[in-house]
Amino acid sequence: MTRRLGIIGLEIWLPVALVIVWWAATRDGDSPFFPPLSEIWESFRENWLFERVGSDLVPSVLLFVEGLAIAVVLGIALGLVLGLWPLGRRATAPTIDFLRSIPAPALISVMIIVLGFGQSMKVAAIAFASLFPVLLNTIDGVRGVDTVQTDMATVYRLRRSDRIFRVVLPAASPQIFAGLRVSLAVALAVLVFSEMLAGTDGLGFFILYSQETYQIPAMWSGIIMLGLLGYVVNLIFVVAERRIMRWHRGWRATARDAGGAS
Amino acid sequence: MAELQTQATEAPATPVAATLRRPRLHGWRRRWGRALTPILGTLGFIALLQLIVEVGIVSADLVPLPTEVIDQFVRQLGQGDFWAAVLDTLEGWAIGLLLAAAAAIPLGVLAGTTTAAFRSMRFIVDFLRPIPSIALLPLLILVLGIDIEVKIVLAALAGFFPIFFATLYGVQDLDPVARDTATVYKLNRFYRLIFVSLPGSTPYIATGVRISASVALLITVGVEMVVGLPGIGRAIFDAQYNSDLPLMYALVAASGMLGVIIALVFRAAERRVLRWHPSQLREVA
Amino acid sequence: MTNELEVRGLAKTYGSGPNAVHAIGDLTFDVRQGEFLCIVGPSGCGKTTLLKCLSGLLRPSAGSAALEGKPIDGPPDALALVFQDYNRSLLPWMSIARNVALPLLAQGVGKAERRARATEALESVGLHDVGDLYPWQLSGGMQQRAAIARALAYRPRLLLMDEPFASVDAQTRSDLEDLVLDVHARLGITVVFVTHDIDESVYLADRIVVLTHRPTRTAEIVDVTLPRPRDQIRTKEMPEFAQLRGHVVRLIRAQRLGGEQSAPPALAAAEA
Repeated sequence: MTRRLGIIGLEIWLPVALVIVWWAATRDGDSPFFPPLSEIWESFRENWLFERVGSDLVPSVLLFVEGLAIAVVLGIALGLVLGLWPLGRRATAPTIDFLRSIPAPALISVMIIVLGFGQSMKVAAIAFASLFPVLLNTIDGVRGVDTVQTDMATVYRLRRSDRIFRVVLPAASPQIFAGLRVSLAVALAVLVFSEMLAGTDGLGFFILYSQETYQIPAMWSGIIMLGLLGYVVNLIFVVAERRIMRWHRGWRATARDAGGAS
Repeated sequence: MAELQTQATEAPATPVAATLRRPRLHGWRRRWGRALTPILGTLGFIALLQLIVEVGIVSADLVPLPTEVIDQFVRQLGQGDFWAAVLDTLEGWAIGLLLAAAAAIPLGVLAGTTTAAFRSMRFIVDFLRPIPSIALLPLLILVLGIDIEVKIVLAALAGFFPIFFATLYGVQDLDPVARDTATVYKLNRFYRLIFVSLPGSTPYIATGVRISASVALLITVGVEMVVGLPGIGRAIFDAQYNSDLPLMYALVAASGMLGVIIALVFRAAERRVLRWHPSQLREVA
Repeated sequence: MTNELEVRGLAKTYGSGPNAVHAIGDLTFDVRQGEFLCIVGPSGCGKTTLLKCLSGLLRPSAGSAALEGKPIDGPPDALALVFQDYNRSLLPWMSIARNVALPLLAQGVGKAERRARATEALESVGLHDVGDLYPWQLSGGMQQRAAIARALAYRPRLLLMDEPFASVDAQTRSDLEDLVLDVHARLGITVVFVTHDIDESVYLADRIVVLTHRPTRTAEIVDVTLPRPRDQIRTKEMPEFAQLRGHVVRLIRAQRLGGEQSAPPALAAAEA
């Protein structure tokens, strides 16, 4: 029992201490850029519970989801094709490598030219940037499928669709999920970038605008809100992955016990 | 901070079952075919794009002819401004990356070796990790003004986490044989760290640094665009603002080339580090 | 008795030029319908390559193989393969029942019947109530049973087995050997069983094809006249068992040393 408490204590002392230090250091309100926590909390309550949720939070989230969804669907589909088609993969490899190396904000500029300043630009930028981690990981995952599994599918004469959806894709799914996790982070970053560069609403815009108009507590509330959004999105991902990949954990555990590196 | 943590894209690619029914080329014809395919594919893409723009499917107001872009790109390579911008970007990027590594490696080692430290840091790391570092840009502008330090700090923040986690996993993932050897020779914790854990974790750290390198570039360019600090990002933004399309696209392509070069350099370094690593020797046997 | 399988001059070479690997040089043998044929040979003699050619996973460089008179060009119908690596051939994201029923998908079998046949196959290999478990939750021996069940659910006429018991412990191996014998006797399937374990080959087979070193050819085809049903204790106590075993071991030893094969010893007159 005390051991459990000890562990919990270890896990929370640092965060708690940091918050206390932050609170104490800013309490008197001397620093203009670091207002007292109480003011930040005030501003947070005003803005995000629930005044601006509809006008700034929801649009941001929708853009994020839309762009990410496009990237995931396209990435997995394309990754499947290229993973299974060596000629296509080799032909497109340099182009893909190049496109994926373009820093995402640069892409936003291109999107602004092609699509203007509206929502579709942001969705396109998010989709394009988050496409590549999923795409590349899907390709690698598909290529790395255990030959014994594909041989088995061949010998038992599985139909092509069964082979792809019941063997290849599930086998590649751990790697695909790893790519998804990266895409998630990229999508969030590009969302904020696009809102700061070309926005009239959204969290990114709100934070920048608050800073430019010296509404410091509001700026902080925006930052915290964005942090919360990132945390929640990540949490959802982790929970989903845990459920879908349950088999993977069980399988890895037994494989490890069976003598690891052979 | 959240951008591109574990980019697992570098898994060794084993070919899928040798089911084989297509007629195959052999010998030199095959080698030539393999080398030509990527080149032909890339040229094909460019040609396709050229066609699309010339015919007018996509307006030349939006996407200029690839030939024009290439022309502008080549021209830029001869411009002093261009290289000044590249250096500006690289300066912020390099310092930020170094800072990230300087902070992340010791902390990663600490978290990887001491359970108490690990547990203490866990909540904070898990909480800060998903926050896009760009969110702190406005704050940093207030505190540091519009100056290169903003670029450096944000790049460092973004680059911190991949290296941190890589170091953490690297230190934890000790080859059991190496560990047992150290125990048998009664090396105390400190020596074990220096002579076993750290060398053993360098491949992981190398991978982490590579990932951080591209993340840091992304952030650096982005900050330049949003804030107007000198660098490639600023140049792109200016070109876009002035609707100088060939220039903008050429600069975007240049930033892509920069990304490619950085990735190549770090991947080569990573391979170097991996070459002598014991795990590689195991695989050959 | 007709031939289930006819192999004529089969050859397989990997690569070309000076680095070419002649895995199989020239193999010719028949497999009669309903028989249990074992294939043994020195390590690296291309046993697995042979099975891959027979199951349509690889195309031979020369020669042919025919299943019931039809040339093998791609995975033949009515042929099932049990892999050595059961923990890799059973799909870890599916339950055992689903794994066993997987091959039935291609045959257009309906869901209820798939489940029924899977359960039937599992019970015939002695696995009860494991349908909803995952492969990694089972022991090695049970996993291999499940892999065999999968092959059986497919209702093949020819069953190929690639050193299926190499990765299990000795006790489990005896149980699985008897299981295969039981299945063979009950269902009358033709079995081609590749192994490096000579005792196992003599215990199981009607005939044994002994292969040479690379480039592989048939060294000899040994008739196993031991009575059926076989028994782990009684059969292995018989003098013919020792003689046959010794003969095969000598054959393989001769391969390894690259020397000529020893003259086959006169087999003691088999008890009629």
